[in-house]
Amino acid sequence: MGNLAIRVVDLGKQYRIGLTINRYRTLRDTLTDTITAPARWFRSARQGSNPWSRTQKNRIWALKDVSFDVERGQVLGIIGRNGAGKSTLLKILSRVTEPSEGYAEIHGRVGSLLEVGTGFHHELTGRENIYLNGAILGMKRSEIDRKYDEIVAFSEVEQFIDTPVKRYSSGMYLRLAFAVAAHLEPEILVVDEVLAVGDAEFQRKCMGKMGDVAREGRTVLFVSHNMSAILRLTEETLVIDKGHMVYRAPTAQAVDYYMASGYSQEGARTWTADEIPADSAPFRPIAIRTRDRQGRVLETLRSVDPVTIEIEYALDAPLTGLRLGIYVLTMRGEFVFTSFDTDDLEKFEGFRTRPAGHFVSSCVLPANLLNEGRYIIGINASSFRIRRYFQDEHALAFTVDGTGAPGKQWPEPRLGPMRPALDWKITKVDDGVN
Amino acid sequence: MAKTNIIKPILPPPLILRPTRGLAALNLRDLWIYRELIYFLTWRDIKVRYKQTFLGATWAILVPFLQMVVFTLLFSRVAKLPSDNVPYPIFSYAALLPWGLFSKAVADAGHSLVMNRNMITKIYFPRLVIPVASVLSGLLDFFIAFLVLIGMMIYYNVTSGGKYHFTFTTADLTLVLFVLLAMMTALGVSLWLSALNVIYRDIGHILPFLTQLWFFITPVVYSAKEVPAQWQWLYAVNPMVGVVNGFRWALLGTKTPPGAILWVSVGVAVVILVTGLFYFRGMERTFADEI
Repeated sequence: MGNLAIRVVDLGKQYRIGLTINRYRTLRDTLTDTITAPARWFRSARQGSNPWSRTQKNRIWALKDVSFDVERGQVLGIIGRNGAGKSTLLKILSRVTEPSEGYAEIHGRVGSLLEVGTGFHHELTGRENIYLNGAILGMKRSEIDRKYDEIVAFSEVEQFIDTPVKRYSSGMYLRLAFAVAAHLEPEILVVDEVLAVGDAEFQRKCMGKMGDVAREGRTVLFVSHNMSAILRLTEETLVIDKGHMVYRAPTAQAVDYYMASGYSQEGARTWTADEIPADSAPFRPIAIRTRDRQGRVLETLRSVDPVTIEIEYALDAPLTGLRLGIYVLTMRGEFVFTSFDTDDLEKFEGFRTRPAGHFVSSCVLPANLLNEGRYIIGINASSFRIRRYFQDEHALAFTVDGTGAPGKQWPEPRLGPMRPALDWKITKVDDGVN
Repeated sequence: MAKTNIIKPILPPPLILRPTRGLAALNLRDLWIYRELIYFLTWRDIKVRYKQTFLGATWAILVPFLQMVVFTLLFSRVAKLPSDNVPYPIFSYAALLPWGLFSKAVADAGHSLVMNRNMITKIYFPRLVIPVASVLSGLLDFFIAFLVLIGMMIYYNVTSGGKYHFTFTTADLTLVLFVLLAMMTALGVSLWLSALNVIYRDIGHILPFLTQLWFFITPVVYSAKEVPAQWQWLYAVNPMVGVVNGFRWALLGTKTPPGAILWVSVGVAVVILVTGLFYFRGMERTFADEI
């Protein structure tokens, strides 16, 4: 009965495609559309389809048939790939946009943290921005007055509070922005990936604050790519894929499901055109593969053998400063390491500008590096501090088989993601008995 | 001290989010609930307007003043336009005040939604707040520029040797109503334009032209008496005609008090505002997706 916070029933949201590429319609498009409309009407009538139904061709369901309930005080995680519809769901629940079908029932005030610092004005001082941003987030002036000192203390920018925020470092800016947002007190809090920013110290502080919010009995919807944050903060998690809710379970289970699902078993992954965002140009990913020492493309590789990871891609125009890298993560989302193809100084100099063309960047993971288990490779193509062209946090998964690995004489799992073959020395110091 | 901030069971009825169609409810109560946001956005616009300028708020005086100087040279000295028997500078300045308020409001508010794009795509609040705040923020400039008018009235009283005598009468109280009429018109036009601008950025290109055209059909540089009597009612369809005539009547004592023709202006302003509100509320549903 009165314990429901959110009920979502058959929720769907349809977007016109082309909307993102062709940011806005021009008057001319509408005029020509209107003029050619009768012709289209006749054509579709002749082809036997109902001419009165709106054309579905250029439309895409970003969210479809999603139903779930959230109880008061529950902290619910939402995970899914980029473009799976998570953000669309949060936008509907926070009233930024309307659903196209179905409905959502919200019991209580919703506060949304879809992005911190929304409405910050760079010419205004920190103090002024606290009030402005607070008002935008729906706080009353008296409420901001009351929490002002707490907000400033949390942000750690006391001595710059009367300086325009355009003079702030990006870290200070973020801290201030998060500090305001963190002091919202709605009954339902909707959070999208805001914790993925800032330095480690600040992230820890943010996570602590999120934990407090949850303990105070608020309902929280938490979207993140950070599996360890999801595991720490939420009890239950939804998995969303291609606009549908595909799984709901206690968080540990849901994370396992998500991390294991959707990966090809062939040790290779090819990107299709619709998986590549328009703004990644001129970088165009083609494929990523894992090969064993004989060069065979395999999904399961032996820990005692070296493993080759290769990324095939095309540049549609010359690129300066490009670095293409991999992240290797465990199934729980912890990073094992990061490496870029121009880490080596000689290559860094030699590939300052890459010409247009078709490329393969590959590297070899030495034998006896990873422990048994399944790992995920994420890829990132960027120019340092200039632009990120392409990123896929879950490009490919592969399995490491520990057969023959050092220590295998004991049939027990080893802790940690690494399984190095270390050269132990055992020295007898003396007889020991005297 | 441990926080024991347990949330009380929620009082308001559940909010149902579902697709809406047809004519949207105006929900002007929302504006009242979000009045503090209107205040803060207005304050932001004012605060930011003259940041990093050398002359600061002096610009609020300088722009209409220079316009007046140019118009006086051009239309009074060269073109010898009559000015209802008051000195041309004060004649044009009294009209430039409400005109400046109106044109600035329309220019700013017309772009306001697009300028605040990041807020619209991230956070819910009644979207009406944005153009309303944008229109309101022009008021301060208006008041600053008004001080110059008072100075000019005193100047002419002193230097004309009794030929002119501008006084403050009870008629000046009606200025509030004329300002209100100008703001209503500005808001109505802005609602139409800002909502259209979300979908058709053509509006951004049309706006300067539209303002210019509107300037010429408003009696700023010339007297409304130039328009033949039988066409006055049609002329008053432009609500700014009512506003400018009202200003001149109240401040300079020119013409007879505004009569029935003023109601044409008021009627048109109300129609623009009400249709603007409905259009805006209807379009609001897709702002976040289209902008």
